[in-house]
Amino acid sequence: MHRTAVKKVVLEGVLDANDALAQANRERFDEAGTYVINLMSSPGAGKTSLLEHTLELMRGKLRLGVLEGDVQTTLDADRLARFHVPLVQVNTDPGFGGECHLDANMVRSGLSELPLNEMDVLVIENVGNLVCPAEFKVGEDARVMVYSVTEGEEKPLKYPLMFRTADLVLVNKVDLLEHLDFDLEQFLGHLDAVNPGVERILTSARTGRGLDEWCSWLESNTSGTRR
Amino acid sequence: MHELAIADSVVQIASRHAAGRQVTKVYLKVGHLRQVVPSALAFSFELVAQGTPVEGADLEIEEVPVRGKCRECGAESWPKAFPLQCGACGGLDLLILEGEELYVESLELEEQPAENRS
Repeated sequence: MHRTAVKKVVLEGVLDANDALAQANRERFDEAGTYVINLMSSPGAGKTSLLEHTLELMRGKLRLGVLEGDVQTTLDADRLARFHVPLVQVNTDPGFGGECHLDANMVRSGLSELPLNEMDVLVIENVGNLVCPAEFKVGEDARVMVYSVTEGEEKPLKYPLMFRTADLVLVNKVDLLEHLDFDLEQFLGHLDAVNPGVERILTSARTGRGLDEWCSWLESNTSGTRR
Repeated sequence: MHELAIADSVVQIASRHAAGRQVTKVYLKVGHLRQVVPSALAFSFELVAQGTPVEGADLEIEEVPVRGKCRECGAESWPKAFPLQCGACGGLDLLILEGEELYVESLELEEQPAENRS
């Protein structure tokens, strides 16, 4: 049987479905007056530790809530439970097939358990991963990236998308600098090559260095959205 | 990046637009700034397409180089690597015009000719 070939123009973005859900999330956040941060890093850079200190320091100043993303376990949510803030854990393993990142749909699934109207800030702690989370908008206001000085100087060049889309980079574990051969200036140079002039704060969750600066950043960035 | 998730999305988009017809080619545009490995994507695509109207289709990936317009001097450049720098003035403030694409551009479908339709 003779068949003819026909061309059909599609022009549809591969991530359009995710972006539409991210926009829907965005509208819910705007309506509730909640400032949303997508917190990303490789595994072990210090996201949860920094969050613990942030929740402590911001007690009584800003109403924070957390959406925890992990492939498995509630370990991170358990660590943060003692701060008695709105908290929900999304595991990507059951139901989402063990995804290595949070997408807009997964974030949406966690929102029903969060009292957004009573929250000034929602921190979405993404799955530890330097590659995939950067590709998926979830409806956030800002992307904060945590980088550990134990990761070497070259990562911005190897994982440009993650560093390019960051609005703020927290250079963490600086208390370890004396024990490492880490060249901070070289790292910052690589960072500027990929995201020229991006805001950065040197931090140590252990010693508390830089945490006041980070909290000031939070406060000044949320003043516009707070009700 | 997550080639399997991308392949899944591509197959879903193609199936929907095919509307029951067999797909023979899928034309995909991938910008150089996206984190996609073409060979991994082609492999994932073949797997995911099985059992769908997209099964057996060729995935034609067109890689789009980075094109940027300098916000300082207005010149256009095609930087090949980071830093994304203006070729004319060396400035680092480029508006990216091309290179961030990730979309299904078109499909080639098998259409039954009019005289064979019942």
